[in-house]
Amino acid sequence: MDLQEYFSLVFTDYTLRTITLGTAILGAVCGMLGSFAVLRKQSLLGDAISHAALPGIAIAFLLTGAKESNTLLIGALISGLIGTFWIRGIITKTHLKSDTALGLILSLFFGFGMLLLTFIQKQPNANQAGLDKYLFGQAATLVESDVWFMAIITGICLLVLLLFWKEFKLLLFDADYTKTLGFNTKFIDILITSFIVLAIVLGLQTVGVVLMSAMLLAPAAAARQWTNSLGVMVVLASIFGAFSGVFGTAISASQNNLSTGPVIVIVAGVFVLISFVFSPSRGLLFRQIRFIKNRRDLELHKTLAFMYNIVENHDNISHPHAIKILNNFQGYTKSTLQKLVDRNYVTIEGNMWSLTETGFNTASNLYNQQNLNNE
Amino acid sequence: MNSAQIEIQLIASLVAIACAIPGTFLVLRKMAMISDAISHSILPGIVLGFFITHDLNSPLLILLAALTGIITVVLVEYIQKTGLVKEDTAIGLVFPTLFSIGVIMIAKNANDVHLDVDAVLLGELAFAPFDRLIISDFDFGPKSLWIIGVILLITISLLIAFFKELKVSTFDAGLASALGFSPVIMHYGLMSVASVTTVGAFDAVGAILVVALMIAPAATAYLITTDLKKMLLYAVGFGVFSAISGYWVAHWLDASIAGSITTMLGLLFLSVYLFAPNKGVIAVLYREKQQRTEVLLITFLLHLQNHDELEERHVNHLNEHINWQKVRSKTVLDLALKNNMIRVDENIVSLTEKGKAFTSKAIDYIITNEDAQIEDMKDDFFLFRG
Repeated sequence: MDLQEYFSLVFTDYTLRTITLGTAILGAVCGMLGSFAVLRKQSLLGDAISHAALPGIAIAFLLTGAKESNTLLIGALISGLIGTFWIRGIITKTHLKSDTALGLILSLFFGFGMLLLTFIQKQPNANQAGLDKYLFGQAATLVESDVWFMAIITGICLLVLLLFWKEFKLLLFDADYTKTLGFNTKFIDILITSFIVLAIVLGLQTVGVVLMSAMLLAPAAAARQWTNSLGVMVVLASIFGAFSGVFGTAISASQNNLSTGPVIVIVAGVFVLISFVFSPSRGLLFRQIRFIKNRRDLELHKTLAFMYNIVENHDNISHPHAIKILNNFQGYTKSTLQKLVDRNYVTIEGNMWSLTETGFNTASNLYNQQNLNNE
Repeated sequence: MNSAQIEIQLIASLVAIACAIPGTFLVLRKMAMISDAISHSILPGIVLGFFITHDLNSPLLILLAALTGIITVVLVEYIQKTGLVKEDTAIGLVFPTLFSIGVIMIAKNANDVHLDVDAVLLGELAFAPFDRLIISDFDFGPKSLWIIGVILLITISLLIAFFKELKVSTFDAGLASALGFSPVIMHYGLMSVASVTTVGAFDAVGAILVVALMIAPAATAYLITTDLKKMLLYAVGFGVFSAISGYWVAHWLDASIAGSITTMLGLLFLSVYLFAPNKGVIAVLYREKQQRTEVLLITFLLHLQNHDELEERHVNHLNEHINWQKVRSKTVLDLALKNNMIRVDENIVSLTEKGKAFTSKAIDYIITNEDAQIEDMKDDFFLFRG
């Protein structure tokens, strides 16, 4: 199946439509909430929580004995929240730093989850197969009710985000100010963190424990490069997330043996890479171009100033000088000289150069301006 | 106990020691999450190495995978240096992408690769004794035992050789470079050791347990001591204890060994986190409560000194005016009485001589705001001790 076939099938084939819609919604909600995670410097929280959700899934299964995805997700949500608050407890109550706390909770919860999963596998219960899909995710297992569930959760997230937009924004950029204004920062903080946990838990079934953090981060990190406004960033991140979901599903459906989760992550990674390189204001490419341009301008000015210093001692400003004397000056290159000629600051005759009237005036002003700036 | 069981416990303990040493430095350098990143991103290296060698235990594969780990670190640092995103975002972007590449490489070649993502991530210690090193028909024991043994030996000799340099560069990077030790070399040296250890251990215990064995013992030890040598020793001890007890728990529950070792580490950390003498949560909460009462007491004494009016010094005033709860004001009153700071005559509180002297010292402290003074004060007046 090639890509074209895929896009024609999306609208007719039930499975493809469900998966595409599901990954798109997931990408959008992750991008939306991921923006907050990235800006709050909680990027790795996603990684820790997605791992910490595993024992919750296992315990929920042990208690109910059913593989109903909503019950399992509630278990995941609870254990993810416990993990989050324990991380916070470790950071505030002990001298361990946040990276240690994250790594601890991540590996300890995940290990405990593994213990439970292997324990379950040995149980005489035929129903347990397929629990390990939460490890790496299986988008193919999405059904329509899952997509509806995701859509409803996304709607709630959006509603809460709009309702508390001002508070979230304020807390994000100036927590102390928020507190002095009388907002309950603890409540807002818990609210936003809980929604981040919720988004992560939603994605477990589709992209799995290991890759969930990238799902949360990548769209937001890409969106951050294009704008300095929170609102635009959240919208952009949702769009990037949704497109990574759709493209990822499309690519993985058009090839054999490609699981959806990793492909979505790689597509999101490509979005990030493009944003890093090509973003007009922050991107590496334009930054390098600006850098080179500035350096050229500076060299041009240096050469002009050097010429001015020579010319100053002569009565006639257009008195020709040998090009040779510029040679031991570091700002001088053939191209800068040519540029000066193009700008009509200098004329060249054979091996000699001379400053023109405009060149002299510009150079003297350049000098004055520098002096003024220095003072 | 049969020989396979002893071998499994031996491998687990060696892995625990080999992980605890770099882990201690990672925790101290606030780079614990790097170990998580390395443990995931070695996957493409392992897959690539496996294509070439077709042997999970070949040294070439270990080198290739360790190289991927170092590439991860370099990439993270490069992204961070561009200033486009913060360090944690850089980590969170790099390792899932590399991991995805690894997963896809496995999936695309599923037919000729007997390599499972689960196996890399979770490992299976129970199978380790079956893959034996046999040279000219002589059985030298399990291969993974040799691999992790060699890595451990290298780690320990590096630790002994560069202990001083490591210590200085960990706690004061500026001083280290002033003394002429390159922090960059130290950094990449540590990263290489962490990377090689992760790779050497993954096949026995899985990538996630490597992370747990690196971070958890070190973090637990850090809650108990602030001496680097003791911290290393405790971390090694905790690691070995969890490895052996974890094995028996797994034996008893018939579950994954890696999972139960991690669970033992978790329980160990939880108990130290709660009960550690100075830094445990219970100790911290108790100290915070004590300090709160201490501040209340000083506030109360200052209030008494500032007011001569009877109604301001009435016991009920505490509840009404200063807005303290009944229990709280009783605690403060009792404490002050016990320390002979105040006298209570017919519900009117007044300062004793001792209380007055204490209060003026307290004002001194508040004005100068020097920590040294309050320590003397506590000794002078047996606060919370009499």
